[in-house]
Amino acid sequence: MEKMTKNPAPPHIRLLLVDDEVGFVDVLSKRISRRGIDVTTAASGSEAIQTLRRQDFDVAVLDLKMEDMDGIEVLKIFKKMDPNMPVIMLTGHGSEHSAREGKKFGAYDYLTKPYELDDLIQKIKEAIRQKGNSDE
Amino acid sequence: MANLEQLSNSYYRLLTRNIILTIISVSIIPLILVSITIYYQFRTSYHEKVYAHLCEIVHKHKQNIDGFLSEKLGDIRFLANSFGLEKLSDESFLQDRLAALQENYGPVFVDLGVINTAGEQIAYAGPFKLAKANYSDAQWYQQAVRSQYFISDVFLGLRGLPHFIVTVRNTWKGQNWILRATIDFVAFNTLVESIRIGETGFAVILNKAGKLQTTPITKPSLDIIPAKNIYAEFLENRARSADEIRIAVKPDSSDHQTIFVASFLKNGDWLLVYQQHLADAFADLNKTFTMTTVMMLLGPLCIVIMAITLSKIIVNRIAQVDVEKQLMNERVVETGKLASVGELAAGVAHEINNPVAIMVEEAGWIGDLLEEEESQDSKNLAEFRRAIGQIQAQGKRCKEITQKLLSFARRTDGTVQNIEINEILEELVALSAQRAKFAMVSIQTHFQKNLPQLQLSLSELQQVFLNLINNSLDAMESGGGSLTIASRLEEDRIVVEVSDTGPGIPEANLNRIFDPFFTTKPVGKGTGLGLSICYGIIDKIGGKIEVRSAVGKGTTFYVSLPISKEDVARDKTSPFNGPAPSED
Repeated sequence: MEKMTKNPAPPHIRLLLVDDEVGFVDVLSKRISRRGIDVTTAASGSEAIQTLRRQDFDVAVLDLKMEDMDGIEVLKIFKKMDPNMPVIMLTGHGSEHSAREGKKFGAYDYLTKPYELDDLIQKIKEAIRQKGNSDE
Repeated sequence: MANLEQLSNSYYRLLTRNIILTIISVSIIPLILVSITIYYQFRTSYHEKVYAHLCEIVHKHKQNIDGFLSEKLGDIRFLANSFGLEKLSDESFLQDRLAALQENYGPVFVDLGVINTAGEQIAYAGPFKLAKANYSDAQWYQQAVRSQYFISDVFLGLRGLPHFIVTVRNTWKGQNWILRATIDFVAFNTLVESIRIGETGFAVILNKAGKLQTTPITKPSLDIIPAKNIYAEFLENRARSADEIRIAVKPDSSDHQTIFVASFLKNGDWLLVYQQHLADAFADLNKTFTMTTVMMLLGPLCIVIMAITLSKIIVNRIAQVDVEKQLMNERVVETGKLASVGELAAGVAHEINNPVAIMVEEAGWIGDLLEEEESQDSKNLAEFRRAIGQIQAQGKRCKEITQKLLSFARRTDGTVQNIEINEILEELVALSAQRAKFAMVSIQTHFQKNLPQLQLSLSELQQVFLNLINNSLDAMESGGGSLTIASRLEEDRIVVEVSDTGPGIPEANLNRIFDPFFTTKPVGKGTGLGLSICYGIIDKIGGKIEVRSAVGKGTTFYVSLPISKEDVARDKTSPFNGPAPSED
């Protein structure tokens, strides 16, 4: 925990992590949490929407390919519910096309799975920073 | 290698031999069969015809001779019956009659004589001094007295010349008397002499005793009887019908195979024998046979020459084709199969991505936990870290594989833009220069200048050609060599050739090199996806990728890229944009 306190962390980032791969969500949330981010997980598109309804988030990480809903649809709903919340999309390799499409619908950026955790953290921080800039 | 050549040489020799034998047997055997059949048929019918002809001749002459004899007999009978002994005993009257006969029939009748019962010639007309001659002891007289009419055999008689006698017996006042006429031998002989066919054909007449009644031209003496034993055989069989004509083929006295045609004359007293050497009788046939034989020999000779020449040409051509085939094994890829395999692979790759991502993240989580203080004391910390690093590294490897696999099915960056193919190739050559130098490979480029622009995805083309170049360099890594990259315009396509002088691809592998996951590289070195991806990209843009390879000579990949139609049109209208051969 020493490391975390050393980190000149800005106020806690609240992250919504949406992926229907439960194993993936679990380990990823643990790792991200360790890096000073509050992670709330949702294992499906509908669960994510419900979660977002209850609570605000600074940033969302959204898997494009889920069992119940298409990631793009979820993205559209997110954007309606909280237009200022940046959404970073995760895609399987080869789905860049839909990822690019997602950017058209307001997604902040996308990463292809499997990715380096550091890249994700960096992207999250960038997104927050940019959001802060635009907010101010 | 030499062994292989020997093997193939013996294979071609065997092939040549088989072709020759086949051609020869197929053409010569029917030829021989047909020739033999035709010749046999021809020979048989010709023989029949010749025999029939000879029989006809003999028959005609038999009739002639019989007619001649009965005519002469008739003349004498007429004389004897019309004039009686009294008148005919008068020598001057007899002279007149002889003269009249000779006037009518030519010198056939030599003389006339009237002989009484005692055998004395009481009157005579003729050139010989035979008046008062006594014939009572003569053989012909003994026979003449006993029958109404009589025609003697040829004999020398008192005058010492060959002749024969025709007699008619009449009765006057209870006394028998005989009118006798001598027939000129020469006149009679001409009847038989005229039977002359070919070189050796002649006829003779024999009496019952086998004595010659005529003179054969070739054998002028009466005493010489050609083929006496043969004649004897015919004479022995006299019992048969007198009209019958018999044919025999036997060697004659001089041992020539000879045809004998025989028929009895004069109610079986005489035998007419015609004989001719077989070779002579069938001279025409033999000539035909000789000609046929010559043709029969020349024909097959031609066939044999033709068969040898033809099969050599054929086998040479086959050998050439085999060499070409071995040298340049072309591969046409089955698109359907490959596409479906590609999709399947892509699906698998996608599904694997998630578990791999989880594994990598879990390893990362362990790594995170190891950062905590209580773990720092663990004696196995370094080993933990190594294991985690390994898991992450292998995870990355999986990612690379799935990335390639997925890009085979779905393109990474399909943004179409204007592309100068030569520029891309030059960039790639520059990029590969370091590696090539390391592998002792020299790179040559032959670019056709002013190629039309392509409307394709840059990254995809880069991927294709980088893959091909890398493959070539990999192939030549062990021994060096040279890599040639060429581009040229072909109708509405640009063809890029990437050829190396590496070890080549065995024919068995050539069919599979575009298959996903097919690789000859050691485990872990290659995914077997490079060429699949190339194939997928080129196929998608409507181009073609082909490979030709010869083991030990090298491999060439041909990539043909379609030029968009507007481009070609523009190209044709602009005189400065036309393709020019490169000096490069």
